[in-house]
Amino acid sequence: MSRFNLNSSYKAVVIGGSAGSFQGITKILSHLPKTFPLPIIMCLHRLKHVRNGFVEALSIKSVFPVVEPYDKEQIKKGGVYLAPSNYHMSVELGNYFAMSTEEMINNSRPAIDITLGTAAYVFREKLIGILLSGANRDGGMGMKHIKDKGGLTIVQEPTECMIDTMPKAAMALTKIDHVLKVDEIVSLMNELDKHYR
Amino acid sequence: MSSFKRRMLRILELKNLSVDTLIKKLGESPVFINEFLDELTVNVTEMFRDPSFWRVMRDEIIPGILLNHKTFNIWHAGCSSGEEVISMAILLREMGIHNDVQLFATDLDTTILEKAKSGNYLAKNMDLNEKNYIRFEGKWTLKDYCKEENGRVTFDKGLLANVTFRKHDLVTGEVFNKFDLILCRNVMIYFNQALQNEVLKKFHESLFKYGYLAIGSKESLIWCDVANRFLVVNNEEKVYKKIKD
Repeated sequence: MSRFNLNSSYKAVVIGGSAGSFQGITKILSHLPKTFPLPIIMCLHRLKHVRNGFVEALSIKSVFPVVEPYDKEQIKKGGVYLAPSNYHMSVELGNYFAMSTEEMINNSRPAIDITLGTAAYVFREKLIGILLSGANRDGGMGMKHIKDKGGLTIVQEPTECMIDTMPKAAMALTKIDHVLKVDEIVSLMNELDKHYR
Repeated sequence: MSSFKRRMLRILELKNLSVDTLIKKLGESPVFINEFLDELTVNVTEMFRDPSFWRVMRDEIIPGILLNHKTFNIWHAGCSSGEEVISMAILLREMGIHNDVQLFATDLDTTILEKAKSGNYLAKNMDLNEKNYIRFEGKWTLKDYCKEENGRVTFDKGLLANVTFRKHDLVTGEVFNKFDLILCRNVMIYFNQALQNEVLKKFHESLFKYGYLAIGSKESLIWCDVANRFLVVNNEEKVYKKIKD
């Protein structure tokens, strides 16, 4: 069978990324199977003052439309969500999003640690966390929370990253289940899909 | 809820308290309640946050109000440290109508209201504010409206001359006036939907017919009870107009 040892118990995928992650994200979103069964929740570092354009750019090649959810919007199967600029995005019990304008964390708003950490609290062992290329340590603690709750942790292979600070920070903080190239993450997502059919 | 949890953990750490002692202190000391509220509420804000919103205010919404009223009033609900009030005052002055507008600024946190009244801010925050102002395409620079001293800036007192600051709790407070424009941006994100619904009813009641309501860019009122009594004026900037009583 496969080295990923997946099953159909997962409820959501969260993805964090910063500098150098755009290509990887685009590749993952454009190679998703049309039947992909889980919501994908993304928190990517972005310019604070540029509210428009990013979600459109990600949507161009994505199999599913990418949306920036509203405060209290329900998380739906097949939804691909992006944290909006200048808000922290939390996942809440009851499967919906909440926005906040709290202080920046790791010099970032949205902060990946918040999205990943709150998703871990809600989805526990039923969560897959993926952390891609990035130039700061944001996301490391979030990945630790995912691992501590029993979720599956994946980081982009540091040698493939434009900047490897982010995946390396996660690797230093917690056990990472799979260190993968983007192409392998694409394979994993496709294999995951098969478990739900 | 997760934001509330983060704030609580922050307070417990900051004040070095256990949950039990916190509850006890809240029961004993009104002064402590104020301190607690000041830490619990999120008071992170910017002048001219979302510059495109402020351009829409200047170029569309306020001219729309002026078509029918030479003088009018504005309520900043949940004004926090007052950055939005200062922004509005500057906008109105640049439109040459500052003296024709009465502003009300409310918050439930009395400590932050005092800060808002002082018009005094950390100079290091001004970089971001100034960048926003440039994107707003204001007439001058923010520096022209304030004086810097010892790492702080103080805004021209005249800007806040026609602002009434008042303690008001959006959840428990009564409707206290009628307004032509209400701004409540990124305040209700800390409320659950049931509470948002109640507050939006009060806003509806607090608006004159054809008055405007502005909320945060990631907030929406499409699902609330009073939704059909409002018209979407600008969906991108989340500005609504009351069309039915």
